[in-house]
Amino acid sequence: MNTPTTTTPLDEGARRQQLLDKVQKSLRRRHAAERRFRVLGLLAVVAGLSFVAILFASILSRGLPAFWQSTITVDVFFDPELIQVSAKPLQGRNETPAAFRERELAWQGELAMVNWNRILEDSVIAQRPELAQQRREVRALFTSAEKFRLRDRVFADPGLIGRTVTLDLLADANVDVWLRGNIDRSLPDSQQQLKPEVRALADRLKAEGMIAIKFSTALFTNPDSRSSPASSGLAGAFVGSLFMMLIVIFLAVPIAVASAIYLEEFAPSNRVTDVIEVNINNLAAVPSIVFGLLGAAIFINWFKMPLSAPLVGGLVLSLMTLPTVIIATRASLKAVPPSIRQAALGIGASKVQTVFHHVLPLALPGILTGAIIGVAQALGETAPLLLIGMSAFVANVPATPLDQSTALPVQIYLWQGNELRNFFEARTSAAIIVLLGLMISLNAFAIWLRKKFEVRW
Amino acid sequence: MSNLMLIAVLLMLMAVAYQMGLTRSRALATASGARLHSRPGYYGSLVALWCGLPALLIFLVWSWLQPALIRAILVAELPPEMASLGAQQTEVLMRRLAAVASGFADPGSVLAYESEIAARMQRLQAVGQMAKMALMAVAAVLGLLYARRRIMPELRARNQVEKVINITLAVCSGIAILTTIGIVLSMFGEAMRFFTFVSPVDFFFGTRWEPGYSSTGSGTTGSFGLLPLLSGTLLVSAIALLVSVPIGLMTAIYMAEYAPSWFRAFAKPVIEVLAGIPTIVYGVFALMVVGPFFAGIGEAIGIQIRATSALTAGFVMGVMIIPFVSSLSDDIITQVPRSMRDGSLGLGATRSETIRKVVLPAALPGIVGAFLLAASRAIGETMIVVLAAGNSPQLHGNPLEAVSTVTVSIVNQLTGDTDFASPQSLVAFALGLTLFVITLGLNVVALYIVRKYREQYE
Repeated sequence: MNTPTTTTPLDEGARRQQLLDKVQKSLRRRHAAERRFRVLGLLAVVAGLSFVAILFASILSRGLPAFWQSTITVDVFFDPELIQVSAKPLQGRNETPAAFRERELAWQGELAMVNWNRILEDSVIAQRPELAQQRREVRALFTSAEKFRLRDRVFADPGLIGRTVTLDLLADANVDVWLRGNIDRSLPDSQQQLKPEVRALADRLKAEGMIAIKFSTALFTNPDSRSSPASSGLAGAFVGSLFMMLIVIFLAVPIAVASAIYLEEFAPSNRVTDVIEVNINNLAAVPSIVFGLLGAAIFINWFKMPLSAPLVGGLVLSLMTLPTVIIATRASLKAVPPSIRQAALGIGASKVQTVFHHVLPLALPGILTGAIIGVAQALGETAPLLLIGMSAFVANVPATPLDQSTALPVQIYLWQGNELRNFFEARTSAAIIVLLGLMISLNAFAIWLRKKFEVRW
Repeated sequence: MSNLMLIAVLLMLMAVAYQMGLTRSRALATASGARLHSRPGYYGSLVALWCGLPALLIFLVWSWLQPALIRAILVAELPPEMASLGAQQTEVLMRRLAAVASGFADPGSVLAYESEIAARMQRLQAVGQMAKMALMAVAAVLGLLYARRRIMPELRARNQVEKVINITLAVCSGIAILTTIGIVLSMFGEAMRFFTFVSPVDFFFGTRWEPGYSSTGSGTTGSFGLLPLLSGTLLVSAIALLVSVPIGLMTAIYMAEYAPSWFRAFAKPVIEVLAGIPTIVYGVFALMVVGPFFAGIGEAIGIQIRATSALTAGFVMGVMIIPFVSSLSDDIITQVPRSMRDGSLGLGATRSETIRKVVLPAALPGIVGAFLLAASRAIGETMIVVLAAGNSPQLHGNPLEAVSTVTVSIVNQLTGDTDFASPQSLVAFALGLTLFVITLGLNVVALYIVRKYREQYE
């Protein structure tokens, strides 16, 4: 054993110095490790933040241009020579609705026989007489739904016949792709979607200003379309999603709140309630696709409910949202201090009165926040809807929850798989922007509610 | 009168009943001078319930039974030459008749006897609707009158109304149980039907997934081996965890221990945004951005990386569950008692040493629980893998190649196919059951660990 007394002062100093050096060195090492660890943490956070940034930047940069579309501005002359139809039928005094409907249908049939393509062609040729020999190419510029838009305008207002109206008409999807350079312009003719004459014509009309890239509302107002991709829109999917959200709001939210109230305030603590509790926690973690299987087996196969209907989708999403809202509601009921309950009970309120008159109003902001977050989650869910047939192509806006329909996220799924990739890549991203916009506003509303009404105890 | 109208009228009647109960109880109280047992509103509610509930019950039962009843009557009345139809043919005939009755059939193709039966069907339906309406009206009015007669100052109206409220709440909380039972029963039933086609051994231990198409003939045409799908699922989930656990954990540590509060106030909600984005958006992002990016990297360094691969899907899924991991870890790390941390710091340990050598070991069980929850989340994820994993059900462990997963196969086998009799679509339920059991198992274990861990420090 070395004792301090045996060492000389000189040794002592050297040893101290040595020790100090050693400590210094190890401190340096430890501080370096500390800095490294800290940088690592910062890197992780930065990585997370940059994922968010990249995600939003790439979707915005791809999707925003799709809100603007190649538009052909022409003076359309509703030529009476071409639109030879009888006067629009008016309901007679003694006419039954059925008879009137029949005459109206006959009139619609007449309108459908009109050569609307020719009116479109003529409107361009009126301004560029030299194109009279290129009718086919001129027609190829327009997306095929625009002729029906002319028809619908005349149907709504027969007074248009014989008049000239300046209209913004959507160009064909392939023309749009070509004009924006979304397809490699140097590809040989065999790999281009459009004939060389049409491409040249499109370029020329764009240079002359007849075709311009303008903001288009087609994405919001039209349903999906296969024959006319340029005018396909989200209206059908939006209404389908709206129906499902209404079902979730009116079915899942009340049931979830009621069951949370029961479990938190009334339920005796026994085996049964234990089972329900564990069950709800586990249900919250069941993959969403399993709810789709449940819907397919029970609603579609047993109850024979219609495929692709928002009603079934809404029911499936309701079951899926149930545990989320129950858990949120229970948390906010739990946050109400017991003193409130004791005070109410103390002045003679019954248990039900205590809960409904005092606890529930105080917990309401939290419940609403949870409900909105649940609804937003249901709005973005795709997988279960695929299993109940909602991935079918639907060209109409559903009028009732029993009609065939898609939903916003399913529409995104369908569009990303469309063969017309050059065109639909942007449209998919635009649809994502719409969906994210809706979800962010829902969540922002939830946060605002919480901030405004939150009570801190 | 349509059902919706019926319900609306019933609701109005209930409002009237409420008013009647209210005024009646008030009048009684002022007339006799006695004190009411409950507040007048409860008498009103009681009368409204007596008026509405029996009628509603009749409405539900009748609407449920009427189609079957009408069908039975029609089948009994079918012309004798059609009485010998099989069950399936009768089903087809009934659908046809329903179409004729609702006017959706092509008028030219309707046969004389068809329109006759359809007209009979319409009549029966109208009669049924009328009968339902009449019965409901009688029940509502009788209920109303009975309850109104019962109103007396000493009637315990509040207790009775509260009992109804209590029962309603309890029934609502039973729906969650019903859902679980529904999931288990439907999956189990359909999976059992699948196992009549394919033996469970071939399913659980088969190494080939080639289901074939149900249209190519009935019976077992393909091979339904689970292993290629399971390996794909595990591969993708493992990649997702490799991405999300380190980043999520480090994020939680940095946020809890180092970040200044202004930075935390900004960064935490932004990262949480990742949790709110729909999975379909991640799928499209993987397909359009991440996949081509990885393929480009592969090209640059000279190895072939497919754009749709286990790597792409796993990476994007990892990004998706970062906030999930970080918020769980955050909860768990903040639960480690302050005293342990202070003890370590007091002995001269640096912050990182405290975290690595004291906090993390103490929090380990909780973190393992979080890890398992994240794994269960990754295994059940669908849309990202549907879009970005490449759908190639091969048994291999190469993350740079395309794979297929259990969830992808469920979607493939059940999309657009409503034929619940072929093994090709029934297999989806066997896959779903497998998925359900795996995720449930992970969850139960994880929740158990997390709870144990929590108790340790409480």
